[in-house]
Amino acid sequence: MDIDISEELAKKQKEISIAEFFEKNKQILGFDSPQKSLVMAVKEAVDNSLDACEEARILPDINIILERVEKDEYKLTVEDNGPGIVRKEVPKVFGQFLYGSRFHAVRQSRGQQGIGISAVVLYGQITTGKPAHIESKIMSEDVGYMFDLYIDTSKNKPVVLKEEPFLTNKKSGVKITVNLKGKYVKGKQSIIDYLQNTAIVNPHATITFQDPDGMKIKYERVWNEPIEPPKETKPHPYGVEIGEIMKIAQKTNYKKVSTFLTGEFSRISNQTANEILKIANVDPNKEPSKLTLEEIKKIKEAFMKVKLLPPSFESLSPIGETLIKKGLKNVLGELKPSFYSLPVTRKPSVYSGNPFVVEVGLVYGGNIPADEPVKVLRFANRVPLLYQAGSCALTKAVENIDWRKYGLEQKGGQGIPVGPMIILIHLASTKVPYTSEAKEAIAEIPEIMDELDLALKESARQIRTYLIKREVKNKLSEKFFLVQKILPLIAEKSAKITNNPVPDISPVITKIMNIVWIDEKVEVKENKALINLSVMNYTSQTKSFKLYADFPDGTIIKESIKPFGDYDEKNDYIVWNIENLEPLKKLDLHFELDKLKSDYSETTYYIEGIDPVHVVGAEPLPGDWNIESLRSIIEEVEGDEDGNEEE
Amino acid sequence: METKRSEEVLNELKKIVEKIYDQLKNGEIPSMELPARNKYNIKLDISKGVWKYGDEKVYRTAKKIDGAYTLLRTMYMLDFIKEMIEQNKSSTLRELYYISEGWGLAKFHTQDESDKLAEDIEIITKYLREDFKLRPEENGATIIGNITIEEINRKGKPQRINCRDDVGDSGYAIPYNVEKDKIKIIDFDADFVLAIETGGMFDRLVENGFDEKARAILVHLKGQPARSTRRLLKRFNEELGLPVLVFTDGDPWSFRIYASIAYGAIKTAHISEYLATPTAEFIGVTASDILNYDLPTDKLNDKDIKALYAELEDPRFNTPFWKNEIELMLKIGRKAEQQALAKYGLDYVTDVYLPEKISELGLK
Repeated sequence: MDIDISEELAKKQKEISIAEFFEKNKQILGFDSPQKSLVMAVKEAVDNSLDACEEARILPDINIILERVEKDEYKLTVEDNGPGIVRKEVPKVFGQFLYGSRFHAVRQSRGQQGIGISAVVLYGQITTGKPAHIESKIMSEDVGYMFDLYIDTSKNKPVVLKEEPFLTNKKSGVKITVNLKGKYVKGKQSIIDYLQNTAIVNPHATITFQDPDGMKIKYERVWNEPIEPPKETKPHPYGVEIGEIMKIAQKTNYKKVSTFLTGEFSRISNQTANEILKIANVDPNKEPSKLTLEEIKKIKEAFMKVKLLPPSFESLSPIGETLIKKGLKNVLGELKPSFYSLPVTRKPSVYSGNPFVVEVGLVYGGNIPADEPVKVLRFANRVPLLYQAGSCALTKAVENIDWRKYGLEQKGGQGIPVGPMIILIHLASTKVPYTSEAKEAIAEIPEIMDELDLALKESARQIRTYLIKREVKNKLSEKFFLVQKILPLIAEKSAKITNNPVPDISPVITKIMNIVWIDEKVEVKENKALINLSVMNYTSQTKSFKLYADFPDGTIIKESIKPFGDYDEKNDYIVWNIENLEPLKKLDLHFELDKLKSDYSETTYYIEGIDPVHVVGAEPLPGDWNIESLRSIIEEVEGDEDGNEEE
Repeated sequence: METKRSEEVLNELKKIVEKIYDQLKNGEIPSMELPARNKYNIKLDISKGVWKYGDEKVYRTAKKIDGAYTLLRTMYMLDFIKEMIEQNKSSTLRELYYISEGWGLAKFHTQDESDKLAEDIEIITKYLREDFKLRPEENGATIIGNITIEEINRKGKPQRINCRDDVGDSGYAIPYNVEKDKIKIIDFDADFVLAIETGGMFDRLVENGFDEKARAILVHLKGQPARSTRRLLKRFNEELGLPVLVFTDGDPWSFRIYASIAYGAIKTAHISEYLATPTAEFIGVTASDILNYDLPTDKLNDKDIKALYAELEDPRFNTPFWKNEIELMLKIGRKAEQQALAKYGLDYVTDVYLPEKISELGLK
């Protein structure tokens, strides 16, 4: 549970119990509409399961079943294969608001996002009057235990109605069944929407869902290694609130304020602790629990006056480029996107003492609707954010970019662009700065906005390069169609009308094309790639030049190079000396790669000894692929603007 | 049955194909040259008083995909016309469009494309599409007034028709061919021709007996007038010496209807001297009328405003009268329909508005 809420709740507790507080204020915690309540319930249970599996380094299998009991009453069952919960802890975890229990362990977690599973139990009990049913099995015991329980809202205590052992084949795991009121919907902001997005950022999980109409959905895992959980670290002084310092001071085992500072916070040495206490004018030998509010305020102020190392990034666990791509492919693959950007994971950064990292992945084309606003999938600590998109920093960062520069449509260069694209944005942080208690939108913190901007632009540049390359390709295939299909027909028809023999049009073909085209065709078999190159001279002159192939290091099968390429052992590339390639003549080249580590990413081809403007499919040597040369190729492909050509 | 004119036409068509063929044979990228068909390339022909294409040329080449398609379609269309001439057949423009379904890659995707290409060939050969055995559908423009014509009917017999006494309420329908071999003007008794944009206003004037009362020949334009309607207006004007007055809605699109009658349309600037009536007068509804007669109006939409600005750049509207009217309309931001005059009663248009406007022009 989040610190601010627990503080809020703790204050209220003087008069009423937390559970009562919740009962009266359920909208604050996200249970504000029948549709949303169901999503929240699923979300709390699934987030818990994913966190538990991650901590236990288990590959998650999560099974969700939603059944309709009555018109607006549903039965939700969520089952996982996590480590399970020990018998005596079960009533506390599900039947009590455990605010503040782990509050000074700083690390990125999903649970940070929500109010906790006990809120789901309570919501079910309030709306249906029925207790929750929980089954838990841990590895070290032979039997599992099942519970029927509810929360005594005035005392914030679990009431266990039934507790008995049961036999099971499962090694471990938790299953919770809750009856609750709600409304089941599909589409935007639905359970399916939430699960789909969850599957994208958790490609190591298998998630199944059966909805009240019997429809089944399954997201199969595509990554077979458990996620490494982020390390817990002590809070960084720049990021702590006064209330937080107070709580830690009450609980700490350290006897003196000086050791309390070095022991309970990160990046504070003996020397800086003394410096802080000197500035704050607090006795280093004082017992931490005896600190007055005034003294704590002074310590907090002193924190800001000393120089400290930035917080450690070990507490962060970004999804990473590989897994973002795998997740996107797994879940959005059915849209057959034509382009996946190489996901961007920025270097970790800090706002107010809190480390964070920003990640962006893009998919483009295929069956993604082209005439609709781009879809922005927002995530905080691997949890999808479904609500309040308009007031979220992640959305704003997208809106602030002039996407027209990158080849998308956007009215006035602001706002959500229009095009066949989906953007994934992930913010991972030990403390996600939400705009409100509902935790549905992220606040516009300048440091975070800067990182988002950089990550989005880096991704957008990939889109631009892709679109330009595609344009070149389209123009080319258009030209091939022109010279291969239309031009012969013009020749035929004009010959027929004028009663003449059909003329030889090859000189016209080379004049229209005026390029040397290097076309790569790849056949991938597991970790092997068979590559066929055809080099075609569509110019009117005979051409001689060198062609280089630069492939992933150490993957070439030397014997496969055909017909006459030289393999340069030292630099690990092939070079072909192409001599006297006549107009409209074609040369076929072949080589094979093996031991490919991951997906085959293209070999880069370079040319030497020929004007690169007239070559498509290879870059000049030495070559950084640059946009300018692409542009000039487009112009070349489009033809020179000599005369007043009709559009 | 090939007439001499048909032979000449065939010869001109063949020249176009020969040029393409020779270019291919000589290893050149095939291209066709034709005047730029836009408002920046129309010039006033002072001797004839009409606007025609200027000297700016465009090149349609096979270097680009669209140009290549058009050249291919040109070959197919020319071949088709050649066949029709040789077999003495004809087809409507719509039929031509459907026939192209069988042309494979050369087929047209809209009738606009095929109509435009037929016009291109007119421009290049300087013959009319009727010479290519292509004709438009009759568009239903009609005449009511005391004029007697003799039309060669579909049985090849001459038939006399008085456009007041021998027709019903909807009037005499103008056929697509209004040349002298088809229609002779026998007799008339009228002082001017009034060309009316909308059917509603035409019917109003007919019901009010305006043709007899004002000694007018009423012509219903049916929106943007077809070639034959414009041609017939020109014949009335030239052969009978009747003034032509144009009465339309008060909006930018109606201004263009007037311009096409008086100065020639941009699309058909190659045959302006044959279609345009330079002395035609615009009667209204003008922007000034909207204010002077306090007419009910609609707000100009974005397209209207764009069209008005385009007209300010159109050389045909480069006269003090039009500049004032267009700028005034932009200023008040309103447009009005002809029928808005009904605000003052059904007879107002015939009893007050038209007589006033006609006398302003000095006709009566």
